[in-house]
Amino acid sequence: MVEAHGLVKRFGDFVAVDAVDFTITKGESFGFLGPNGAGKTSTMRMISCISPVTEGTLRVLGMDPATEGAQIRARMGLVPQEDSLDLDLTVLDNLMIYGRYFDMPKKVIRQRADQLLDFAQLTERAHDRVDPLSGGMKRRLTIARALISDPDLLILDEPTTGLDPQARHLLWDRLYRLKQQGVTLVITTHYMDEAEQLCDRLVVMDKGRFAAEGSPRQLIDQHATKEVVELRFRPGEHESIALRVADLAERHEVLPDRILLYTDDGDAALAEVTAMGLAPQSTLVRRSTLEDVFLRLTGRTLVD
Amino acid sequence: MSIVKSPIFEHGEVVTPRRVTTPMWLRAALYWGYQYKRTWRSSIFTSFLIPVLYLTSMGVALGSLIDKHSHGVAGVSYVSYLAPGLLAATCMQIGANDTMWPVMGAIKWMRTYLAMLAAPLDVYDVLLGHLAWVAARITIVVTIYLSVMAAFGTVHSPWGICALPAAVLVGMAFGVPMAAFSATQDKDTAFITIYRFVVIPLFLFSGTFFPISQLPHLLQYLAYATPLFHGVALCRDLTLGQVHGWVDVGHAAYLAAWVGVGYLLCRRTFAKRLVV
Repeated sequence: MVEAHGLVKRFGDFVAVDAVDFTITKGESFGFLGPNGAGKTSTMRMISCISPVTEGTLRVLGMDPATEGAQIRARMGLVPQEDSLDLDLTVLDNLMIYGRYFDMPKKVIRQRADQLLDFAQLTERAHDRVDPLSGGMKRRLTIARALISDPDLLILDEPTTGLDPQARHLLWDRLYRLKQQGVTLVITTHYMDEAEQLCDRLVVMDKGRFAAEGSPRQLIDQHATKEVVELRFRPGEHESIALRVADLAERHEVLPDRILLYTDDGDAALAEVTAMGLAPQSTLVRRSTLEDVFLRLTGRTLVD
Repeated sequence: MSIVKSPIFEHGEVVTPRRVTTPMWLRAALYWGYQYKRTWRSSIFTSFLIPVLYLTSMGVALGSLIDKHSHGVAGVSYVSYLAPGLLAATCMQIGANDTMWPVMGAIKWMRTYLAMLAAPLDVYDVLLGHLAWVAARITIVVTIYLSVMAAFGTVHSPWGICALPAAVLVGMAFGVPMAAFSATQDKDTAFITIYRFVVIPLFLFSGTFFPISQLPHLLQYLAYATPLFHGVALCRDLTLGQVHGWVDVGHAAYLAAWVGVGYLLCRRTFAKRLVV
């Protein structure tokens, strides 16, 4: 569906995307995970033929974005980072007018709109203005709008940023259904739980480059241990204590507010910490996540 | 509980393609038409009310004084002299207005253009669609305006019908270059300045209310350079039936040049702002 080789995006001297290669195949759900400013959105904008490619080659749906952008976009749905809904029009009118951009006959748009309103749980709000809707509703409407033309490829740029947990879970459920219906999804996010939930395969992006690539499970297996012990001491103690507990784990990481010990047996490591006579203010043994992968690869946390 | 009763994506279901596809720019223009559906009543009412008020107060009431003391202006009654000037000036205001806030808002606030660009439209479709809509809206206003003028007995010749395209041209001579400017703006403060220091002075000093020969020489030359002067002169010649051949062709050509140059500028500023 999407194929990129040596893809570069520059703004003046600033390199937003620095020669990346990737292939997205039909029916898969592909994620770009990384902190703000990693180059995720720039990559998405190139895939959606909105932003011209600076260097390298890019093929989307077998076509060239530079010359066949309109044909590509006709088969693609785009959910931009910031909603671009018409706040003065009603929910239904937003769908109707968007369908007209694709030159769909009114009757067909109306039919599809009814299905999509149902899908987005907005049927009851169909004739309300968009402006007073909640953030989650607006987001669902944006996704419904992107689906109006029955696209082969759905691109979502940070679909749940700024939403409350309930709204996020509802959205994830909707996206999961789309995935099951065979829609190819491309998602950017800086939430590792979102990437773990939705992506079959993902790339970890940092400073315009890919730091790693694989399924969420593969990435965790490759770049992190099975478990992580989190130890919280009083502020200022972390550095000195880290030196003493370092040998208990394969690897350790000192964050401003805690020490992370990477080990395959978290409980055993924690027992040893206690045996040393250390008394952390709080402890937590958990499974490794993509956040740990990211920390390992870049030395930074995802959301900072 | 299943919320989705039928799958949204019935692959294999083929929507019969239209035999004639709608041009991309027209799809963009349709959006603005859609928006207009919400406000057309008040908009039409205003378009009707403004000329009635102006022509009654200034044309008829003030005009009767002028006609009594100086037997009209340039050989016709004051109301007949004033009406085509007001027509052109109104078109200037609509042209400028509809390409200030709406253009910047479609980029910054509502992101309407971005929504269009995510669909198959490209930046030139977006531009042309918006300008086409502005022209359509001015046409509606001018049609009403000319009907009111005719009711006041100020259209003296069949040439008056040509005042319709002429007045639309005046509106676009302001609207198109203004759209190019608006696409570069991040705040709306410049618009208010332009309104105060360009639109209002032009309205007052471009021959709308009195012949510019009444002005000091320097200001007369300034007036010649502005598109509104040419717009007023052209509309006036047409509604009074005093067509001056090449002079009027010259007026129209000058206005068309503003539209043309404005359009080239628009292509640059729109692409620069929206294609990054």
